[in-house]
Amino acid sequence: MAPPLIALIVATIAISLYNPSFLSAANLGRVASISAIPVLLAVGATFVIIMGSIDLSVQGVIALSAAITAMVLRVDDGALGSVLALGAAVVTGIATGAVSGLLHTLLRIPSFMVTLGMWFVSAGLATLLLGGGTIAVRSADLRVLILQRVFGLPLSVWLVLAIVAFAALMQARSRFGRYVVAIGGNEEIAKLSGLPIRRTRAAVFAIAGGFYGLAAALSVAQLGQGNVDIGDGRLFTTITAVVLGGTSLTGGRGGVLNSVLGVLLVTVLGNGMILMGVPPYLQQAVLGVLIILAVASSTARIREGVYK
Amino acid sequence: MSLKLENVTKTYGPVTALANATIEVHPGEVVGLVGENGAGKSTLMRILAGVVQPSSGAFTIDGEPVRFSGTLDANAAGIGMVYQEQSLILPLSIAENMYLGQERRFTKYGLIDHAAMREAARRNLEKVQLDIDPVRPASELTFAERQMVELAKALTLEERDVERLVILLDEPTSVLEQAEIDVLFARIRALKDRASFIFVSHRLDEVLEISDRIYTMKDGEVVDERPAAGARESDLHEVMVGRVLEHNFYLEDEQEPPQDSVALELRGLGSGRAYRNINLTLHAGEVLGIAGVIGSGREALARAVFGMERPESGEIVIHGKVEGIPDPSVAVRKGLGFVPSERGIEGMVPMLPVSENISLANLDSITGPFGLDRRRETALAREWIERLRIKTPGPAAPIRSLSGGNQQKAVIAKWLNADSRILVLDHPTRGVDVGAKHEVFSLIRELCREGYAILLLADTLAETIGLSHRVLVMRDGEITADIPAPAGDKPSQTRIVEHMV
Repeated sequence: MAPPLIALIVATIAISLYNPSFLSAANLGRVASISAIPVLLAVGATFVIIMGSIDLSVQGVIALSAAITAMVLRVDDGALGSVLALGAAVVTGIATGAVSGLLHTLLRIPSFMVTLGMWFVSAGLATLLLGGGTIAVRSADLRVLILQRVFGLPLSVWLVLAIVAFAALMQARSRFGRYVVAIGGNEEIAKLSGLPIRRTRAAVFAIAGGFYGLAAALSVAQLGQGNVDIGDGRLFTTITAVVLGGTSLTGGRGGVLNSVLGVLLVTVLGNGMILMGVPPYLQQAVLGVLIILAVASSTARIREGVYK
Repeated sequence: MSLKLENVTKTYGPVTALANATIEVHPGEVVGLVGENGAGKSTLMRILAGVVQPSSGAFTIDGEPVRFSGTLDANAAGIGMVYQEQSLILPLSIAENMYLGQERRFTKYGLIDHAAMREAARRNLEKVQLDIDPVRPASELTFAERQMVELAKALTLEERDVERLVILLDEPTSVLEQAEIDVLFARIRALKDRASFIFVSHRLDEVLEISDRIYTMKDGEVVDERPAAGARESDLHEVMVGRVLEHNFYLEDEQEPPQDSVALELRGLGSGRAYRNINLTLHAGEVLGIAGVIGSGREALARAVFGMERPESGEIVIHGKVEGIPDPSVAVRKGLGFVPSERGIEGMVPMLPVSENISLANLDSITGPFGLDRRRETALAREWIERLRIKTPGPAAPIRSLSGGNQQKAVIAKWLNADSRILVLDHPTRGVDVGAKHEVFSLIRELCREGYAILLLADTLAETIGLSHRVLVMRDGEITADIPAPAGDKPSQTRIVEHMV
């Protein structure tokens, strides 16, 4: 976990030297708020990537879950409706992820293709549900997650912190977490050791979907509306963050906390570039360079001597 | 406990992998299992390990019939398998590997108690006298250490409710050097009061050394059972292949003196601590064997000759010209060929057909006016298949469907097709059964007659001596002896070993 941490510290120092207001409480709070949703997405994707698979359905699942959230809130935007909407978002995400996971394991289709397909299936469903339009939820109680601050940070940040702690514990100390690493490390041996390969694989995609669903609900709360494009650009930043954090794309190495660092690194750099006045289109290019550098510097690649 | 398979048969569709096999393992016994590739050893082991289920026949433990539906059942009955190399999950720690699939025992409130698992792992590592921190990732271990960890992992089964263990050792020595094999055998002997062992190996001398009793398999049947005491290698060979292992096993009679012209010369080659000041000359028509234990530097040297690693000092001279070999593509252009020990990874492209594997290193040979000419490729492959007597359904068959020996011949064909006159053979008979070995040896002799120069890193000392015209011995990165091995006057193994360690 050391390299991403060092990178984060270096980036922080460099940016604050250029613009001391970076380290102001207000700006750090902003960084935390901006990071909340990407962290959820990255943590979900981390389990998939440690297992040696990939999940491209992020944006589709967000769109579908956001559509469901907004539709529930349209019926009831009070406290009960908000809780139901949150639950419905998570359930939608889990269900979509479970479909990906089951198709992947039962039909033995590479996760890359299954989730690419599921991206468009769920985005299509979302468009159908929303009729191509937008549902505004400006007055929903759900927005309390974004608007209400506790110790200076929005409730959503605290919620995400709690979930990260739980996910980190699950990864480090539960059998499920161990199975995920073992499968990513060497599936054949994991099978010979009697691990429930298919069940674990399917569960990982379902859990990842749950994380995306929750992220979708937070997005709806943040923007005050639900639409199909609500997840645009999330896939790239999610995978960038996971890889920058040091999780190996070949599986077996990495972790939830790595990905949190990865997200912070992406957010800090993005925020820093804004403070430094870097034009937006250049910011994207910098992220692109970063992901290539991150993969290029990973030790696993050097050790294996083969790349494809 | 004693374990018995009686008239066990295993069929895969129309193929009978195991026919009416009967074997017995008594408490505290080391049972050797030998046979050529495809004789049914692996199937037998997989049945015992619970990986596959027999089609018919009786499997009993202490007289009680058992039926395993997976490895976990076999483990619960006290049967553990030590797989060949690479069967630890490298990113996981030693302790995590040892208890993979058994985490439930250390789980409290859904959380794994790492400290307890480490402690348990340490206890089992002590049984094999391996003093190593179980927190370290498996990737940091040497092959020999991994093997010991595997053994310790099997011994964790003692913690279950079983009286004694049966540990299956599937080719455990294939990646070990002699000194490490000696350690493994010492551990096995020390553990005999806790466990019985079934030992599978291609190296008959080892089977004879460690076993109490030996079963020989041939064509899916158990054809012979005898005590190891008093048995000789040639006896086992005879029942295995149905022919006597003649004194001429390495075809010494066909060994002819090398030519005068020098194909390859190394002058003062060195690379850090791996090897230092290496001088050697390899003549056309000569097999130059390099003997040495792991760490002697011979592997690194062989890789340097082929440009896979860069020497820090010295010169490589090919056919009288000093050549820099920065990478394998240059080596190929200069007429070198490399047959690696990891055939499946470095030697061939498993899913590609035999024909495409053969043409791979010299696509010019099949290039016509309109790019790659498939017909020419197939025709060329047919020539090589015929010339090297490669047993394959045809040039279009995927190379991975061939037996080990035929794969190896196809890999050699690739280099012959690329016009490589200097061949580096790194363990060319690894994973190749006795009958096919004979054909590889015969091919080596033939190549020598045609003036090819061969640098050989062989599987066993006997093979090194038998095949080579000269044996260079390496120790700690330096050449310690240069021993001639002409036909009819081969040096003894002891004479070589004394320079090795």
